[in-house]
Amino acid sequence: MTAQATGTDILDVAREQVLERGVPLTQEQVLEVLRTGDERLQDLLALAHEVRMKYQGPAVEVEGIVSLKTGGCPEDCHFCSQSGQFTSPVRSVWLNIPELVRAAKQTAATGATEFCIVAAVRGPDAKLMEQMREGVAAIRAAVDIQVAASLGMLTQEQVDELVDMGVHRYNHNLEAGRSYFPQVVTTHTFDERLDTCRMVKESGMELCCGGLVGMGETLEQRAELAAQLGELEPHEVPLNFLNPRPGTPFGDLEPMGTGDALRTIAAFRLALPRTILRYAGGRELTLGDLGTRDGLLGGINAVIVGNYLTTLGRDPREDLALLDELEMPVKALNETF
Amino acid sequence: MVFADAGAHEPVARGDEPGTWCGQCGLALADGDHAACERRGALDPPRFCVHCRRRMKVQVTPAAWTATCVAHGSVERTTWG
Repeated sequence: MTAQATGTDILDVAREQVLERGVPLTQEQVLEVLRTGDERLQDLLALAHEVRMKYQGPAVEVEGIVSLKTGGCPEDCHFCSQSGQFTSPVRSVWLNIPELVRAAKQTAATGATEFCIVAAVRGPDAKLMEQMREGVAAIRAAVDIQVAASLGMLTQEQVDELVDMGVHRYNHNLEAGRSYFPQVVTTHTFDERLDTCRMVKESGMELCCGGLVGMGETLEQRAELAAQLGELEPHEVPLNFLNPRPGTPFGDLEPMGTGDALRTIAAFRLALPRTILRYAGGRELTLGDLGTRDGLLGGINAVIVGNYLTTLGRDPREDLALLDELEMPVKALNETF
Repeated sequence: MVFADAGAHEPVARGDEPGTWCGQCGLALADGDHAACERRGALDPPRFCVHCRRRMKVQVTPAAWTATCVAHGSVERTTWG
């Protein structure tokens, strides 16, 4: 039953249920939170921050990401400039191994503990798996950092190979809630995505699984995404805000408003109290400097530093200075929340 | 947004002369308002060669980007500090 139906306040319910008892909000409750007005936003963020501090602590996990294979993807994810099906200006390009190691070293120099290698593919072929084997080995030999990967949909054999390489976390986002997914991607199904996520979880690798918001979904569908992520219980949820890319089907959408984005962060924290919740793509555009700070005080406990796959991010020194100011230490290597 | 068809144009060797084309949208700098392109440039590397408006191969890494035009070579920018 919803708080509204019982005449209670959803933030009071969330305080007792999530903060005191550690029970995540349900889909219906997340929707109630998403429907709260701007006059409740500061109270909501403060509650989400309390939840984060109680169940995750003050440390922030810092990660860098790099595109090993950019562009030319056969899939049609409508938010993505790397699809070969759209008139996006992004061209196909591969990163070589020395540059990959250099990028990992630069990332580690910021204090980051995670370095995620990403490829724009439906799933990896033999050439990409060979590049990964060589690249992961080279990074592990040269840099003290955890290696993660995001290579699309996997077979069980590929999952096993990545485990064997020493990849400790695998990213595969749901992208959107099940009911909105067909409006976002038509070249594969939500269930195909779930299959890869489940194989990754069973393999022992950590699962990083999140999505994008601001793609034209309803608040109901946004709450649905939070609930479906909660059911999957990933180790980490990266939260992306749509950065409308020229030439893509979503290229003409307006970026999400800051208030909406912050409410979404807090709602996801209340739905996922024990999960790492990471700022991913689009935060610079959607939140700016002030919003970035508010989100870190509203449930976020992980960041991507530096540039993204095809777009640019903030100078890491700005993020690190902000974490220092907020007295949020960077999570150390092998430290667990 | 409409992008220029970079492949339809011959390379123009301009050395260090300022470019003719917008690196963001690929249209002529002399035509129209490119203020939005300029703003986008804070968070987007250029995608079109400013000399010949060919689409460039752009590699973004955590700390830099490199944009390569087959006719006019590469431009690299560090984005940290």
